[in-house]
Amino acid sequence: MKNYVSGFRARARAGTVASLLLGGAMGLGLSAQIVIAEEAQNGGTLNFVVAGEAPSKDGHREQTYALIHPYAPFYSLLIRVNPEDPQSSDFVCDLCVGGIPEPTNGGKTYTFKVKEGVTFHDGQPMTAQDVKASYDKIIFPPEGVPSSRKTFFNMVESVEAPDDTTIVFNLKFASGAFMPALATPFNWIYSKKDLEEHGYDWHKDNVNGTGPFKFVEHQPGAFVDGAKNENYHHEGQPHLDGFRAIIARDMAVRIQAIRGDRAAIEFRGFPPQARDDLVKALGDKIMVQESDWNCVLLYTPNHERKPFDDPRVRRALSLAVDRWGGSEYLSRIAIVKTVGGVVFPGHPLAATDAELEQLAGYGRDIEASRAQARALLEEAGVTDLTIDYNNRGVDQPYKVVGTWLIDQWAQIGLKTEQQVRPSPQFYAVLRNSGEFDVSVDFNCQSVVNPIADVTKFLGSAGNNYANYEDQALEDLYTELARAPTFDEQRTIMRKYERIALDEQAHLGVTLWWYKINPHRSYVKGWKIAPSHYLNQQLDNVWLDKSLM
Amino acid sequence: MATPQALIDTTDLDEFRKPLGRRLWDLARKQPLGTAGAFVVVLMAVAAATAGIITPFDPERASLQHMLTPPGGQFLMGTDEFGRDILTRVLYGARTALFIGLVSAFVGATAGLVIGVASAYFGGLFDLIVQRIVDIFLAFPLIIMALAVVATLGPGVENVIIAIIVPFIPQCARVVRSSALSIREIPYVDAARALGYSHTRIILRHMAPNVMAPFLIMLTYFVGQAILLEAVLSYLGMGVQDPTPAWGLMLKGAAVEFIESAPWLSIFPGLAITLAVFGFNLFGDALRDLLDPKLRSR
Repeated sequence: MKNYVSGFRARARAGTVASLLLGGAMGLGLSAQIVIAEEAQNGGTLNFVVAGEAPSKDGHREQTYALIHPYAPFYSLLIRVNPEDPQSSDFVCDLCVGGIPEPTNGGKTYTFKVKEGVTFHDGQPMTAQDVKASYDKIIFPPEGVPSSRKTFFNMVESVEAPDDTTIVFNLKFASGAFMPALATPFNWIYSKKDLEEHGYDWHKDNVNGTGPFKFVEHQPGAFVDGAKNENYHHEGQPHLDGFRAIIARDMAVRIQAIRGDRAAIEFRGFPPQARDDLVKALGDKIMVQESDWNCVLLYTPNHERKPFDDPRVRRALSLAVDRWGGSEYLSRIAIVKTVGGVVFPGHPLAATDAELEQLAGYGRDIEASRAQARALLEEAGVTDLTIDYNNRGVDQPYKVVGTWLIDQWAQIGLKTEQQVRPSPQFYAVLRNSGEFDVSVDFNCQSVVNPIADVTKFLGSAGNNYANYEDQALEDLYTELARAPTFDEQRTIMRKYERIALDEQAHLGVTLWWYKINPHRSYVKGWKIAPSHYLNQQLDNVWLDKSLM
Repeated sequence: MATPQALIDTTDLDEFRKPLGRRLWDLARKQPLGTAGAFVVVLMAVAAATAGIITPFDPERASLQHMLTPPGGQFLMGTDEFGRDILTRVLYGARTALFIGLVSAFVGATAGLVIGVASAYFGGLFDLIVQRIVDIFLAFPLIIMALAVVATLGPGVENVIIAIIVPFIPQCARVVRSSALSIREIPYVDAARALGYSHTRIILRHMAPNVMAPFLIMLTYFVGQAILLEAVLSYLGMGVQDPTPAWGLMLKGAAVEFIESAPWLSIFPGLAITLAVFGFNLFGDALRDLLDPKLRSR
């Protein structure tokens, strides 16, 4: 498997000498993680804060960190991103043994051996049949059973478990997107018996996994408690006696919880000012890890509404946005930073800065871009346009970027009426009613898997709400998914990006997020990943009692 | 036996014979707090009306290179996280606050006046039903009622106004009804009825003008309350939306996030809200003292 760790940028600011990520190395474009090995200590309870409450406890149907952070520690995956190096795309076995297998049959068959002697928290043994049952639910769910990542596996023909220790994935065609899809942190392994006896809805309200922690209690709106699984299948882990995930919607509360040591960490990410305030207040009691984030804030023009059916108007919207300037300034106040196209910045498939500058809205001369935007609007006969803009009532980064976008569009003469809605209403407008001219949107993924991640820009994608059909883009994507070499993938990706963001400007990319995790220095073992969904099983996390 | 002249109290007439300046001065001496309140109200109105002249900045235009500039120099109150001048946004925010405050207070109080007077005038079953409905509305705290309305209708200036009007109507109706009940018993109302005037004419032309004192007091009180409610709703993200300048909106988001490093983000809009509400309340109290005969002689 290709390892593109050197392309990622990771940085940590630490008040302690124990763990450092150095900016100097970043300047060289190198992976900047230097970890001084320490011996893990056992014991203690990790308190962490979570901004939201999970809609259900079923990982196969949900898409939110509010589920992953408190509930991922109860489950295992077949394979996972390497918890010791989550910035890389190295995958390691979780429930499988012997390492990640090489495919056979021309890249169309993957055979895994599954660990023996693993038990679910209720005492049932875990076998390959459970893995098959779980992936069958994810990939081939019966009608009416939601599976949020079903489309990730459109290359999978079948899943077989010829015996209790072997699981085989048969693909329709060889695809580089398969292995990252398999490692998606929501692909929790459920018990076949639970699925058969209790049905596919049982996991919405119940927990039974093989993870490092056993579910203890969920107090709605307050906390989720987990206790150490003494029979965990990774020897010597977990180090913690337990954890408490404290639910605190208000960011100020979460920050103060860390400041007052009621919680040690928040895994999603804080804005730069919160980091600075915590470091200023706590000095070497706080440590900061930072990373580019596989999450991008988009805006979605509704192609069914005039004049947004006109590509000239959509291009004008993009041309008005000063991404380079926005990156410089917004990164000081919001969790956004990196300028990028459709692919996670830093990944080899992502556009270079020079390539980006060729796209509408990415030029360095913003005045020239805006002059072009005004000309396009005039050519399209658009005068006195007021945009009905749907935004999500979450400050970071939605409202910050939303207000910035409104200002950017004002500079080409467009007025915007922003409708900031609480999340349920926001989603209802975006996904169902379509009552918007332009809406904020996002593409947040877990495992960096550009070929799967860029499906967001397809009109046919289930999570694309711009209401368009673009057969040229669809054909190009089919070509991309089957491209055998990296160079071919990269060439096709550039064409795909040009259509999506420039020629048709179907969606607008604003800025990629930037993850900042300040945490108490005594929290050890947890390493920041390029996604807030990744590396959350907490089996390698421990507390340094000398720093508490 | 008293002479006819002695039966006429000419004190009020003497007051009106004084020059306007002298009368205002006397009033200011009698009601120093009310005068201070009136001064704040006038200042706010002037600031709102002349914001475009006072400040050269656009309240909505970002200037990122000036983000989070401390007060001083060209930015007397500093700038916010988008580099927008806080003073400009406070001044334009006064426009938003006054617009919402005056419109919602006037409409709410007027509707309450009509309902209250009508309820007292008709009495009987009509009064019973109206007052029980008023009881239901009054059972909810003001902010809860406003939140319920705006949660149903959605955010935005128009919906905020409606959300504030709804809880004001029963409050005013209840107060006005109590005054109107005593007026209903005065013979001129019976006389008007005997002359064949319509109910509408009696309510609007003969009864409503006689409950102006409580109405005006409620009106000024409502303006302050409406400004506060608008600020609360905007602060909760259910009122005016960015980039429209509004004081409550200015107190949330970055103002919370930057409370330690850039406290001016919250200090100035917070002061503006406090001053405005304080001003309207003082003004309202003074107005009540002036218009209520029981308090006037004190």
